[in-house]
Order: sequence, then C-alpha cells, then structure tokens
Amino acid sequence: MIGIEHYIVVSAILFVLGVLGIFLNRKNIIVILMAIELILLSVNLQLVAFSAFLGDLVGQVFAMFVLTVAAGEAAVGLAILVTYFRSRGTIAVDDVDRLKG
Amino acid sequence: MIQTIAFYLFAALVIASAVMVIMSRNPVHSVLWLILAFFNAAGLMVLVGAEFIAALMVIVYVGAVAVLFLFVVMMLDIDFAELRAGFIKNFPLGIAIALVLAAELIFGIGAYQAGRIDLGVASGAAAPILGESNTASIGAVLYRDYIFLFEAAGLILLVAMVGAIVLTHRKRPDGARGQQDIARQVRRNPDEATVMKQPEVGRGVEL
Repeated sequence: MIGIEHYIVVSAILFVLGVLGIFLNRKNIIVILMAIELILLSVNLQLVAFSAFLGDLVGQVFAMFVLTVAAGEAAVGLAILVTYFRSRGTIAVDDVDRLKG
Repeated sequence: MIQTIAFYLFAALVIASAVMVIMSRNPVHSVLWLILAFFNAAGLMVLVGAEFIAALMVIVYVGAVAVLFLFVVMMLDIDFAELRAGFIKNFPLGIAIALVLAAELIFGIGAYQAGRIDLGVASGAAAPILGESNTASIGAVLYRDYIFLFEAAGLILLVAMVGAIVLTHRKRPDGARGQQDIARQVRRNPDEATVMKQPEVGRGVEL
C-alpha cells in the first residue's frame, strides 16, 4: 500500500535533484530555470500528497497558487534572459556584472 | 496492487527524467525531459485522486511553460558547449551538497516519523464533498474561502504578462518600414492629405 511516506521520499529526491541541477549547471541560466521548475514541482507534489492523505483540499488550492507563481516567474525570467542576450550576446551567469558599480 | 505498480513506475520515471534534465548536454533535450517529468508527476497526482491539479499541471507546464522554454532555447544563438565548461569541475561539490541536503531531509522525516507520520486531524472546513468530483470540491473551496487570493493570482499573471511584453518588446528605429506614428496619423487633415483635380476630357490625371 502506498502511503504518504512514499510521496515524501519521491518529492525529497526531486527537490535534491533540482538543487543539484543549479550547482552543476552554474553557467547555463536556462538549465538553472529548469531546475527551479523541478524544485517547484516537488513542492507541488508534496502539497497535493499531503492534501489527499489528510482529506483537506486547501493543499490543492495552494498548489494552484504555486503553479501560478511558477508560470509568472518563468515568463518574466525568460523575458529578462532574452533582453540580456540581445544586449550582451551571451547568457553566461559569470559575465553578469553590470550592476556591480 | 495495480496502484503500487503504477506508483513505482511513475516515481521511477519522474526521478529518471529529472536526472536527465540536469545532466543532458543539449538544453532542448533538457526541456523534453522536463515535459516527461511533468507528465509523470501528473500521473502521481492522479494516483491520489487530485485529478484537477494533475490536469492543470499538464496544461500549464507542458502547454505553456515548456513551450516558452523551447522557444527561448531555440531562438537564442548560444554556444552551449562553452556554458558546460565548469560541469565536471562543479560535480564533486554539487554531489556533496546534494548528499548533505538529502541526508538532512531523510533525517528530518525519520526524526519526525519514528513509526508512522502523524498527519493530525483536518478541521473539516475544506474536506472533499462526498459524492462530488475532485474538481467540484476544489471549486467550492476556492470560490468560497479563497476568492480574493484567486483574484490576486490573476493579477500576478497580468503583471507577469505585461512585464514580459515590456521587457522583450523592441521599438523599431525611426522611419523604419511598417512603423506606426500615431501622432502623425492624428495630425493628418483633409486639406494637406487630398488634392482636387479637374482633368480635361481625353487626358488622364497627372499625379
């Protein structure tokens, strides 16, 4: 029988993989954004699992809000990325130092 | 039984595709693996009876976010091999931090659990309605208790949309073909825009 523990373990592994992705692809901001999406996915999975096993729908409503923010974040993040690429011709994170002063 | 098999299938696939997202050489492949991960996560959600969130997941992530990523990856002319330069160098540190984080999470769960995880008792204010579908129950809770938060979520999406358009909209240089000069259009009046001609019979109009 599948219990809440199984879901916790799966989403913990997903979360760790997302963090690992940020560390491994430290230069490629597109993959970093995808790793952030993975982290948000693991949080959503956790919220939905707890909501289902507890019999309380607030978790699923909250997962919807997380989904909203994730979509907005991806849209604005990619727009900033495109603007930056147009002005500098590269997206390497190490070269982003314009605001350093 | 079938539920157990389905859970392990979806869980294994979601973890495997998450690994491929962060390890794959080509970001286009990363996006495709990300889509697979979202599909399998939606499958996991269906297994616990949260079919509305699962459908939303597929629509929003696969239909919108993944396509957005694909567009950006394919439209920018980026040398991805160069961006992967530090991959091997970062590997030991990344694995170490990931292991520490995983150990912390497992330790936290283990310390809290010590037997079975006690979920407590829900207040019952947002319990699923008996005999109604998951979607209907969520709708009841969402529009009864969280209507203002729902409106705020819509506002966030509006702001994100306006922000993305403002950031990426490129103004053409003055005088470029197809550029609309609204002030000039409004200034136009019939006297300077039209000419009266009285052509002679048998001869055309000279323009």
